[in-house]
This record gives sequence, C-alpha cells and structure tokens, in this order.
Amino acid sequence: MSKEMTLAVDRIKCDGRGLCAELLPELIRLDDWGYPILAAGPIPAHLLPLAARAVEDCPVLALALRRTERKK
Amino acid sequence: MTRLLGTPDVLTALPNASKGLIEAIDRSGLVGRGGAGFPVATKWRAVAQRSRGQAVIVVNGAEGEPQSKKDRLLMTARPHLILDGAFLAARVLRAGRIVLYIGERHDDARNAMLRAVVQRTEPERRMVTVSAAPSRYVAGAETAAIHLINEGVATPTTAPPYPFERGVGGAPTLVQNVETLAHVALIARTGDAPNTVLVTLAGGVKTPGVLEVEKGTTVAEAVRRSGGFTEAPRAVLVGGYFGTWVETQTALDLELDHGSMRRHGLGLGCGVIGVLPASRSPVRETAGIMRYLAQESSAQCGPCFFGLRALADTCTRIAEGTSKPEDLKRLQRWASEVSGRGACRHPDGAVMFLSSALDLFGSEFANDSAYALRRTA
Repeated sequence: MSKEMTLAVDRIKCDGRGLCAELLPELIRLDDWGYPILAAGPIPAHLLPLAARAVEDCPVLALALRRTERKK
Repeated sequence: MTRLLGTPDVLTALPNASKGLIEAIDRSGLVGRGGAGFPVATKWRAVAQRSRGQAVIVVNGAEGEPQSKKDRLLMTARPHLILDGAFLAARVLRAGRIVLYIGERHDDARNAMLRAVVQRTEPERRMVTVSAAPSRYVAGAETAAIHLINEGVATPTTAPPYPFERGVGGAPTLVQNVETLAHVALIARTGDAPNTVLVTLAGGVKTPGVLEVEKGTTVAEAVRRSGGFTEAPRAVLVGGYFGTWVETQTALDLELDHGSMRRHGLGLGCGVIGVLPASRSPVRETAGIMRYLAQESSAQCGPCFFGLRALADTCTRIAEGTSKPEDLKRLQRWASEVSGRGACRHPDGAVMFLSSALDLFGSEFANDSAYALRRTA
C-alpha cells in the first residue's frame, strides 16, 4: 500500500473563478464555461507544492487535496 | 408466485426481524428499484454499523421520473406492505424515526399511505412523519431527500458525507425506494423475494401503464401485454430519461431484470420502457428530453447547469435545422467533458442518455445537421 494525493473539487462550492487552472495548468484546464476539469490519477510528486498552492488560493475553498490509498 | 400487485393489502403482525434479514436480503440479490440499482444488503449493513439506535429510514416515494408510474401505483395499492418494509428496516437498523417522502402531486398515493399509517399501532405511528417531495427530477436523489427533510430544500448535496454516515438530523440514514421496501417485507414474510419487477410501459404502445412482470420476461412480451405497438417502432428507450436508446429488434429480446440488463451494458433504472414510434423524429425526441433534463438541473454545479443547457440548445438547433457546422462535434466533446462533474449523478445520467442517442441515431443527427448547412450555404 502506498499513499497518494489527488485533487478534488466540491462542485457545488466551485464558482468557476479559474484561479486553479492558472496556478496548475499541468493538471487543471477549464471547460467552455470556465469550470475546472482535473487530470485523472494521482498528483506527480514534483507538482505537489503547486497543487497545495492552488488549493490554498481557491477563493471559494472548493479545491481540496485528498489522500488516497492504492494497492500495489 | 408471490406478487406485489394483485394481492389484497392487509394489515398483519410484523414478522420477526433480526440481523438475519440482512443475510436473507443478500441471498435474494435484491437491488434498489429507484433507479440506481444499488445492492440493498450493502446499504443496510453500512447503516447498521453506524446506528446507535438513532438511525432514520426515509421511504422514497418521490418518483420524479416523468414517465414512471409504478411507485405511486404501489403506494396506492399496497401501502401496508411498504410500511412493513420500513418498520422492519427500523427494527433491524435500530432506527427511531421513519420519514415518508412522497411526491407532492401523488395525491392518491399519499392518501393511501396516510390511511395505512393511521391503522398501525401507536408506537409505530409515533415514529412516522411525512414530507412532500417537490415534483422535480432531482428531488428523488438520496441527498436531495435528506436536504429537504433537514432544511426544506430538495437539492442534492456534496457526498461524502454519505447518507449512511450523516443524513436526516445528522444521523445514519437509509433512503430506500418504496418498491424495494415492499420486496423486503415479502422476504421477511416468505423468506424469499417475489421474482418480479414493476415496469412502466410508455410511448407507442396501445395501453401504456404499469406492469408487474416475472423477472426475465422479454420486452416483447411486456409490449404484447400493453396491447402491442401503436405503429412501427423506431427505437426503445430502456430505463427512463437516464437510460439508453436501443435498436428495436435488440430491445425486444432484452429481459426485464436488473442483472440481465447489466450484462448487456444497460440499466433497467426505474423500470421505464419507452417506445418511440417511427413517425416521430428521434432527434426531436432526444432534444426534448435533453431540454427537460437541462431545466431539471438544480443549478448548483456549473458543468451541469451550463453544460446541459448548451447540450440541449445544440440538440434543438440540429432538430430544427438551424445548427452550426461545429455543433455535432461539440455535442460529442461536451458530453464527454460534463460526465462525472456534478455533486450528484444528474449530468452523468443526461449525457449517458445523449451518448446513446448519438450512437443509435448518428445518421439522423448527421442528416439534420447537413440539412442546416445546405440551407445556410
């Protein structure tokens, strides 16, 4: 078992401000209406600090980091 | 054969119930009949594990699917059977409260359920309250039911927390469809679930309405019992508005059973079988249903609210011959982008439905778009 981090959006809180996609374009892009589409799978280790920053800076606190366990 | 309908609804003593009932439900393979088809025993265990005697049972008779009639018919015809299922659930899961969540326009159903409640014992009556489910498509979703009971708003909420963790009043909550609870009552009485399923035949059949059929009955047989087709059919919508368009010949051979449908990559959902007559335009029909589903979005999540509206607008343009060159491609892209991006499954159901339309009616969609292009060229 290893611990991995993934991104999760609270879809009801999310207002489509789009800050997350600016801060973390590697994993987040916006749809035609400005709402985030997250890349599937765990966050690569080198992007973790940027992901944490995106989570902190979300103006409506809709973005979160989730710890997921994966069987190896 | 044990059946739900066609048997008088009499009030008898509640059979003894213990944890063994969950095992019996498990053996019967019963899945939820509200639409999602989730295994009932799994749901009960999750609530049982967390209940400290304060759990809540929500009897879901919202029936928000416009073409489905089976839940209100069952509530009208067999209210005691449904209540038996609810009181058994309350005993096994150690719940102190039962909420009857019934569609606000289902007057006969609500009256029958209330008459039945009055006939129960006093301790039983004291457990029961009634809440009216707004006649909106999403009001029947589990978290929407809980949200209404807690705060008077029938919109879905973000999960987790799931209902079995924190539901009505913050307590572990079981939300269960009325047909499912009736099956539970019969399992407790006879040790076995009735081998039947309630379906609603809609659209191009001579006598549309609810049928109780033995599991494994073919769609062809159900159509025959509904008086046959009104005219040659173009396709069949299996599973209601969150369902799948299926080519007629394939559909006729399908068996009305959740397991069998799943093996074909389909879902029986809430049991609606809709027949599309050949004289109707499948593109128009699809556009109409997409419009309805877009309007029924609870407008909480951007991808659902904006996405479904855009999809419905585009379908309508194609159906009316006013589409733009890139519309068909957009439909495909948006459908894949919107899926999985709501707090509830409303957008997923809507785009699954649309994708099946694009698969089956691909040439009609292409023709109608091409017509618009020729017109504007």
